[in-house]
Amino acid sequence: MFMTVLGALNEGFVQTLKLFAVTLIGAIPLGLVIAFGSMSRFTPLRWLSRTVVWIIRGTPLILQLYILFFVPGMVLGRSPWPGGETGRFIAAAVAFIINYACYFSEIYRGGIQGVPKGQQEAGQVLGMTRRQIFFKITLLQMIKRIVPPMSNEVITLVKDTSMARVISMQEIIWAGYSFMKGSHGYSGLLWPLFFTGVYYLVFNGVVTVLLERLEKKLAYFA
Amino acid sequence: MSILQVEHICKSFGETKVLQDISFELQEGETLAIIGSSGSGKTTMLRCLNFLERADSGSISVRGKTVFDGAAAAAESENELREKRLHFGLVFQSFNLFPQYTALRNVTLARELQEKEKPGWKENRKAIQKQIEEEGMELLRRMGLADRAGHYPHQLSGGQQQRVAIARALAMHPDILCFDEPTSALDPELTGEVLKVIRALAEQKTTMIIVTHEMAFARDVADRVVFMDGGVVVESGPAREVIDNPKEERTRQFLARYSEQ
Repeated sequence: MFMTVLGALNEGFVQTLKLFAVTLIGAIPLGLVIAFGSMSRFTPLRWLSRTVVWIIRGTPLILQLYILFFVPGMVLGRSPWPGGETGRFIAAAVAFIINYACYFSEIYRGGIQGVPKGQQEAGQVLGMTRRQIFFKITLLQMIKRIVPPMSNEVITLVKDTSMARVISMQEIIWAGYSFMKGSHGYSGLLWPLFFTGVYYLVFNGVVTVLLERLEKKLAYFA
Repeated sequence: MSILQVEHICKSFGETKVLQDISFELQEGETLAIIGSSGSGKTTMLRCLNFLERADSGSISVRGKTVFDGAAAAAESENELREKRLHFGLVFQSFNLFPQYTALRNVTLARELQEKEKPGWKENRKAIQKQIEEEGMELLRRMGLADRAGHYPHQLSGGQQQRVAIARALAMHPDILCFDEPTSALDPELTGEVLKVIRALAEQKTTMIIVTHEMAFARDVADRVVFMDGGVVVESGPAREVIDNPKEERTRQFLARYSEQ
């Protein structure tokens, strides 16, 4: 029995990890784009970016998952998402990327604006381009500033992936719960659901250690 | 012909007129000190020279070539602006060293980025890098910091940081090196080492503009002094003349306040 449960939970956890990884890969750069948008000197773009951030941060992620999964199908007449687990995964990933990019963008904005103006000016008087100033001077100082708040978000993301089950994505909590409802020849089993907590704990432990290592790596400058 | 000609520069921030019809000239190899109380517009003038601010009107010419003309529209591309900026170097009051780089890297970074854009970089990368690094080391040596090349800014004292900043500005070979109150952020016991370096630069005939509150230093090191007050040039002339025998009442009052301290 234990091995059966473990096998099913592992399968669910792979989906959890995939959603986690895809969200990070998508949201980290998209957040930077939104951050630049919300700092733009071009007022309509700044207004648009800040409105999007307001809407996404102001509504529950669960609601965004439902809306993103169902509303396009209602409007278009047929769902744009592929069928089965693939479609549910893609829909969940899109919702998570947008949601997390908005949170990241605000962290980035704080990080960029926290770099003293004199840094940029020093680059300017040395004849550097705006691009060079961002990539060679601002970026690393910004990363150093945002690692602690980003760590919080990343750890939250690990746990938030469980919300994808509201559109029936088969992540680990879904897998654990299935033993209660009846699956693999078992039903009424409670402990597999509780046991998923171990997976989250261990994985977040690993994430925390990695992020602390990054923080230490950036401690060489003040 | 003078190396720098500043004519009728005006600049306002909203309703506040910060610079009103500022004109002065600088000869090659000369050191000019700009003195005046806080809020007199000295720093804004330097920032206009370095294109960190854009003057509202007036003109700035370097070696007879106009680099800024307030009457013309601001249509230059980023590259044109960068090229014009490089006539001037600027040493900031708060150093503004890049914290993530060593002293040497602070000095060489901008030079290397500049070389990267030129043709032939790929073929000769190693040789060019080596040369830039040697130049950087030589500059640090001149600043008395050869043994600090591998240190990060936070490991250096304020005086050392400011000397790295001077080396960094010199690395770009500016026609005119500007200093914005280079010792104001330093503890009194550290100002000496920075002033010594600037004095040596003056002796080597580096063309410089120094905004400073160090009157004795301005008197000794500068060839000429400009006294600014309320956004206008009140008095200018040979350093010793202006500081020892000011002609204008406002200059006298300002200097008297200094000697009381």
